[in-house]
Amino acid sequence: MLEIEIDGKKINTPAGGTIMDAANQVGIYIPHFCYHKKLSIAANCRMCLVQVEKAAKPLPACATPVTDGMKVMTRSEYAIKAQKGVMEFLLINHPLDCPICDQGGECSLQDLAVGYGGSQARYQEVKRVVTEKDLGPLVATDMTRCIYCTRCVRFGQEIAGIMEMGQIGRGEHSEIMPFISRTIDSELSGNIIDLCPVGALTSKPFRYTARSWELSRRRSVSPHDGLGSNLVVQVKNGRVMRVLPLENEAINECWLPDRDRFSYEGLNSPERLTRPMIKQEGVWREVDWQVALEAAANGIRDIRQHGENPLGGLASPHQTLEELYLFQKLLRGLGSRAVDARPRQTDFSRDGAQCGALWLGMPIADLNHLDRVLLIGSRLRQEQPLIAHRLRVAVRHGARFMLINPIDDELLMPVTHKAIVPPQAMVQHLAGVLVALAAKSGKAVPEGLVAGLSGIEPDSVAQAMAEELMSGERKAVLLGNLALHHSAWGDVHTLALAIAQMSGATLGILSEAANSVGAWVAGAVPSGQGDMSFADMVDSPRKAYLVLGLEPELDSHDPAKTLAALKKAGLVIGLAAWKPAQADWADILLPIAPFSETAGAFVNMEGRVQSFHGAAMPLQEARPAWKVLRVLGTMLGLSGFDYDDVDSVRRALLPTGDLPDGALSNGLSSLRFDGVVMTEGLTRVGDVPPYRTDALVRRAEVLQRTDGVFASAHPDVLAGIGIVSGAHVRVRQNDAVCDVVLTADTQLAPHCVRVAAGVAEYAGLGAMMGAISVERVS
Amino acid sequence: MVIVGGEVVFNTAHLPESWKLDTYVMHGGYTALRKVLTEPMSAEAIIAEVKKSALRGRGGAGFPTGLKWSFMPRHYQGEKYLVCNSDEGEPGTFKDRDILMLNPHALIEGMAIAAYAMGVKRGYNYIHGEIWHAYERMEAALEEARAAGFLGSNILGTDFCFDLFNHHGYGAYICGEETALLESIEGKKGQPRFKPPFPASFGLYGKPTTINNTETFASIPYIIREGGQKFLELGKPNNGGTKIFSVSGHVNKPGNYEIHMGTPFAELLEMAGGIRGGRTFKACIPGGSSTPVLPADIMMQCTMDYDSIAKAGSALGAGSVIIMDDTVCMVKALERLSYFYFEESCGQCTPCREGTGWLYRVVHRIEHGQGREEDLALLDDVAHNIGGRTICALGDAAAAPVQAMLKHYRHEFEYHIEHGNCMV
Repeated sequence: MLEIEIDGKKINTPAGGTIMDAANQVGIYIPHFCYHKKLSIAANCRMCLVQVEKAAKPLPACATPVTDGMKVMTRSEYAIKAQKGVMEFLLINHPLDCPICDQGGECSLQDLAVGYGGSQARYQEVKRVVTEKDLGPLVATDMTRCIYCTRCVRFGQEIAGIMEMGQIGRGEHSEIMPFISRTIDSELSGNIIDLCPVGALTSKPFRYTARSWELSRRRSVSPHDGLGSNLVVQVKNGRVMRVLPLENEAINECWLPDRDRFSYEGLNSPERLTRPMIKQEGVWREVDWQVALEAAANGIRDIRQHGENPLGGLASPHQTLEELYLFQKLLRGLGSRAVDARPRQTDFSRDGAQCGALWLGMPIADLNHLDRVLLIGSRLRQEQPLIAHRLRVAVRHGARFMLINPIDDELLMPVTHKAIVPPQAMVQHLAGVLVALAAKSGKAVPEGLVAGLSGIEPDSVAQAMAEELMSGERKAVLLGNLALHHSAWGDVHTLALAIAQMSGATLGILSEAANSVGAWVAGAVPSGQGDMSFADMVDSPRKAYLVLGLEPELDSHDPAKTLAALKKAGLVIGLAAWKPAQADWADILLPIAPFSETAGAFVNMEGRVQSFHGAAMPLQEARPAWKVLRVLGTMLGLSGFDYDDVDSVRRALLPTGDLPDGALSNGLSSLRFDGVVMTEGLTRVGDVPPYRTDALVRRAEVLQRTDGVFASAHPDVLAGIGIVSGAHVRVRQNDAVCDVVLTADTQLAPHCVRVAAGVAEYAGLGAMMGAISVERVS
Repeated sequence: MVIVGGEVVFNTAHLPESWKLDTYVMHGGYTALRKVLTEPMSAEAIIAEVKKSALRGRGGAGFPTGLKWSFMPRHYQGEKYLVCNSDEGEPGTFKDRDILMLNPHALIEGMAIAAYAMGVKRGYNYIHGEIWHAYERMEAALEEARAAGFLGSNILGTDFCFDLFNHHGYGAYICGEETALLESIEGKKGQPRFKPPFPASFGLYGKPTTINNTETFASIPYIIREGGQKFLELGKPNNGGTKIFSVSGHVNKPGNYEIHMGTPFAELLEMAGGIRGGRTFKACIPGGSSTPVLPADIMMQCTMDYDSIAKAGSALGAGSVIIMDDTVCMVKALERLSYFYFEESCGQCTPCREGTGWLYRVVHRIEHGQGREEDLALLDDVAHNIGGRTICALGDAAAAPVQAMLKHYRHEFEYHIEHGNCMV
């Protein structure tokens, strides 16, 4: 520790820090623009110049290391003169357009100019004008306002992992811009809006729609991926206008993926379901709540005597903990043991052995400190943009990163070993890694795996991966969405668990949805022998279904099969915030409030229960789903539905407010593996594109404009049927067919055809990770 | 243009094909390298010799070379680099290009000795963008040196290995700033880095790096061959050796003059043939455009060495002596200088990016009869707000000429503002 003095205050501060760090430590504010705690030091704005005793000139606080006995004056006449001098320079070419600038009211330059700017300009020459840059649909530019702090440039290089902005030209003629004729395409691009200290980079969708001081701010939690990013939802006249990150170092730090930041557009979509609707003789009619609820209750009463589990419950894992809890309570109260909130999973063979809710296995922040990572089945950047960032940090600090995946994505970090193989071969490769690990470590494989592993010969990549996993201190085996949606998820889970156990690594599941963990905790999954899984409810259709927040045509593993099951049912009641996008699968639609209009909680992938209040009132006649379920329960004569508020619902489930001990586990009570089943023919890789994951983000039109290609195939597949990249083909999964344009994709494993899931155009297709065939069309 | 050789750098400049290896070797070339490698001299002994010589950096800052070399972490495991700064681009400078053209092997030999002393295996010579012919000459010299075994692996049969490469810049003045130069070699936009860390600990590609000027390196063979003491005695204490002065402006014989440090300025002016057309000597910028201007009477009292010029209130800089006679309008001269810094500011940090344009515009306004009464105070203040506030010395370089011109020739500026035209 060093002892220094800032503005007369004696401080003990660690060696290696800067004056800025020391000042922050004691709450002394030093004005700055380019400095940002999460970015490298640039020292280019010079606003943080301070006086240091015995220094010949003012020194930048952000870049000057502290030395023992240093005396710093941040507010001396000398320091203030230097700071004012810099402010004058910053303002000479900055337009005086605050009244029409979106940054107005939340602008660092505006704020600091109050303290350090002159009231009249001494600069009376012409001002610089910089041409606008097209950064794509999300970020608007007014580059004349730019003060060249290079935060956006450094963000790309250091956080997003890809340099998309840079400075060209010299002196006054220099400009901050993207590569020529390129836009900003990073999945984290919106963060440069927050980072920009002036109005040079602003939000395009938000532009000119509100002033910052008109907005009320509400804390919330992102309803998309399993990270549970903390949000500030900003509301004007009951309408969500903008979403910003709420800093939480343990979760999203100060960042937000574009999905979390811009999906709010869907909250205001014209497709919102705002009144209850009933379909009578094929025609939809708007009705009032009383009529709709009575119709729903009567319908349920009519079928509840018909056989075992007549009523199936299909829920989305993006719903709140309280909603999922009441949903399953309603179904179970009605005697039905058919409820599941894992619509995209298809292999439920290990449900009986699962010991708890699947989770990350460690705190999110620990990811930064891993030194060995084996990632299985994940399009990491699109599934978990900020987990990808944390793993890049780990790799930058020397972690070895390994990948087993059907797609060779550009992860913006060095991958030490990778196996890019078709889905079935992923199982084989995992088995290979396990066999190699056993051979190298001399440990025995668990008994239930011996038979299945016989005859497995690890290839050189599997050997190398095993070798890496033998070394290192902090290791993790992580499973992503493509693993969860795998047709042999049970085998993948089993083998990954065995690999983790044998190598001393932590097994982690990168939860797909905001409340995947919560769905398990709430009991919205099968809980024992005789309970029906999502697949069971689809394979043997129920008499009636209750659908919560789910769009079956886009959110289920096999939309064709799911829709067929729903069509066969006598009654389908949908609780939905948006009108069904594609298929007319419901008979009664009850308008529910999306996350921003209800209170509740999500449980994220590290098992953290994060509650939030509604940021806005429910739109028109939409109502929070927990209230709808409460009323339905009461109308159906069930006991235990007399909750006063959402907190009491949560307390019923989680008396302490936290998860009970043992709620989280990636373990399996028994391990078995019967061997690799390799199939002939082509396999579909139906990943869910980043902006198609759930009903809300699918309505955020601006995000859709950043979409990439949705259908592609390994070049050999195209050559095999004699077509070129970009040709129209017909893809077939059993009876489901769809015409697509297939492009060649060398990043895809052989024998794979990628047709994305969650995309309206391909909604009629079958299993996301199932067999597929491709035919030429004339 | 005149080239007058001295004992150290331009000792063979008068010979036909002085740049050829044969000529160089015939006149004692590479004996110093042979001496350090075969005697062998220890690294400590070489650095001690350089310290004894009182050789100071010829690029402009005048930092003692031996001291700089001793900063290089001797026992660092891993790659270290040696870089020669041949990015000569300041108005008034033109000595390094003549070294590259006339005595490239002195540079190569000097760098090889430096590399040996600092345990470096790889060096780069960063050549300014606008002297392609010098780059080609230097390339040919490297070829010769490699073929003769003075560069590459196992030099002169020892286990010393050193590879040297030329790197061609593209003409940005800022790339002469040593850390911007390193960025440029790395393939990035040439912008200075904030220091600390200094290149000796975090230089090229983040590795320990020593950077010296062309003339500095070219002086090394003499120091090793003849001894540091002899070099020191060519000049005066704390200002050892000879120095090349690039005399330009209103003299009869502009050119490069390699003379002993401490030579009276009057002598140098006489060597250069005196003031053109018998006119009156008005002012001199003694070390390149970034050094403050000195009026003739002060300059005539100076000797040509670091200490004397510093005492007079300017700097020896790179030894780029710009002579102005009484036809020169100082407002016009400053306008031209300010334009240079306005154009060459890299744009990275605020005071220089914004301030250099402001300075230029105000001076331009005064020169064109649009000056205002408050402009001189404004110029003073803006220059003061740039100097000492920037990442690199370009800010100081832009501010210094303004401050010096106003100090010595304020009346000319006042006349311009008052009358809208020039007094000379």
